[in-house]
Amino acid sequence: MANRLDFERPVQELEDKIEELKSFMDEKNIDLSDEISRLQKRLAYMEEEVYGNMTAWNRVQLARHPERPTTLDYIDRIFDDFIELHGDRAFGDDEAIVGGIATFEDKPVTVVGHQRGKDTKENLRRNFGMPHPEGYRKALRLMKQAEKFNRPVVFLLDTKGAFPGKAAEERGQSEAIARNLIEMAGLTVPIVCIVIGEGASGGALAIGVGNHVHMLENSWYSVISPEGAAALLWKDSSLAQQAADTMKITAPDLKELDVIDEIVPEAKGGAHRNVEEQAASIQKVLKKSLEELSKLSKTELVEQRYEKYRNIGQYTFVTDTIGLK
Amino acid sequence: MLKDIFNKKKKYATVPSEKIKQDVPEGIMTKCPGCKSIIYSKELEKSNKVCVKCGYHHQMNAFERIKNTLDEGSFEEFNAGMISENPLSFPDYVERLEKDRKKSSLNEAVVTGEGTINSQRTAIAVMDARFRMGSMGSVVGEKITRTIEHADKEKIPFIIFTASGGARMQEGVLSLMQMAKSSVALKRFSDNGGLFISVMTHPTTGGVSASFASVGDYNFAEPKAMIGFAGRRIIEQTIREDLPEDFQTAEFLLNHGQLDSVIHRADMKKTLSTVLMIHSKGGDR
Repeated sequence: MANRLDFERPVQELEDKIEELKSFMDEKNIDLSDEISRLQKRLAYMEEEVYGNMTAWNRVQLARHPERPTTLDYIDRIFDDFIELHGDRAFGDDEAIVGGIATFEDKPVTVVGHQRGKDTKENLRRNFGMPHPEGYRKALRLMKQAEKFNRPVVFLLDTKGAFPGKAAEERGQSEAIARNLIEMAGLTVPIVCIVIGEGASGGALAIGVGNHVHMLENSWYSVISPEGAAALLWKDSSLAQQAADTMKITAPDLKELDVIDEIVPEAKGGAHRNVEEQAASIQKVLKKSLEELSKLSKTELVEQRYEKYRNIGQYTFVTDTIGLK
Repeated sequence: MLKDIFNKKKKYATVPSEKIKQDVPEGIMTKCPGCKSIIYSKELEKSNKVCVKCGYHHQMNAFERIKNTLDEGSFEEFNAGMISENPLSFPDYVERLEKDRKKSSLNEAVVTGEGTINSQRTAIAVMDARFRMGSMGSVVGEKITRTIEHADKEKIPFIIFTASGGARMQEGVLSLMQMAKSSVALKRFSDNGGLFISVMTHPTTGGVSASFASVGDYNFAEPKAMIGFAGRRIIEQTIREDLPEDFQTAEFLLNHGQLDSVIHRADMKKTLSTVLMIHSKGGDR
């Protein structure tokens, strides 16, 4: 049984109760099926109540669930013939980003994603999925390779942010991110980006400029983490729950703001409750995107990306211009 | 304003707070953060806001910068009346914008337009740290993008002076996407052979450092300017060790191969002019 979060407790209690009655019925040979079916109806209602009314913070909790599938979990299930490719050819190999070549629906693709660990040991190796510049430069190398061989690039986003460290600054964290934005802007092959967990700031966007950008239902994507926003705006990181709401970071929020294309539905209670099913729904949306984008020429792909980002933002004009004084 | 300073000094009698430091330039005297000496504000202005004693580069506002960089009277401003909306309905955002508009006499954190440097045409964007710490929301992203598109259309160079704390929190993911928006425009401009010069001034951090500021054909910076992706305090908390004093200064970046050159303010116009001149001698532009 998967770890449940606090807000899911009422659902879990009811599920436990039903299980209990079932085994009691078997054991004692008493017919409790009426009672069970009554509880099952109540469970369905309660699931609707709990999962249909999730707060932004509930989604953040699911996006961070320790059992939530990672990039490699999806690569295993969605792609065939995956060969992982390492290194940026300049400094080292950053395991916070994984990437390689594979086939998807029998066609060649390049796939790159943030990779966090599933336990402490792996998290140390993968730096909790927070890349250094060499990670972004590996991603750059692989996308340019994809461009050379004319195959689409799929990016899976899942990071708490680019790593804030001394070495990262020394090696040009800013430049590494900025360079990727520029190169993704001009890439002449289809780019599809899917936010599978956390999408924090420039560290996420550095592999996030695509022709299509999708988000899993319980992922989040913003300019900063809810904790960071609370600390900066209200000098109190304990207000993260409130910040999650105010900052409009969930998939439905971003759809509303016209920043993403599609919301990929998740199983009730999150992607980790049914990884196979989740991989299948990602596969479905990816297939649709790649089919659509394969119809565009190189120029049209770059043009489509230009228009997509060109139109993001809200502003207005006043007439009382101030001007040079 | 001046009265406030004296009141506070009486109470605390310590080094002026950040707020007072920012307020002082509006008065008669300015305390130099570099050498702590008190300078007449008028004298400071005469020296392009560089301390004559220690060479400290005081922050310049956008119009001072334009005056210092472009030929007199050559600047034509674009989209001066573009202002922010409140896309997330963020509490207090509208009030804060209004306050900064009054404080800075600017409608937003960047001034954009076209002018000449020693008679050579250029598109220019100058960020102003007095307005919401120079942060980039939809308007900053849009004005910069429009200026790049103008440079592309007119086949003239694009110069940016950055001064920014990064992406603007109050516009959330839309601020983040301005990094991508300006990047698609820069890429097209670059592919068409456009010349882009980035001059990083104090401070250039976060989402601005991690987008256009770092990808100029030439990356310049002013002496001692703070430039970096993550904030110093956050890094110290993360790695739990002290950072070198010059960490994230222009000189630090130069030493680590991230900049082409650190240029004194007095030489800035001349340097930019020379780069434009060299470029005018070859190719189509």
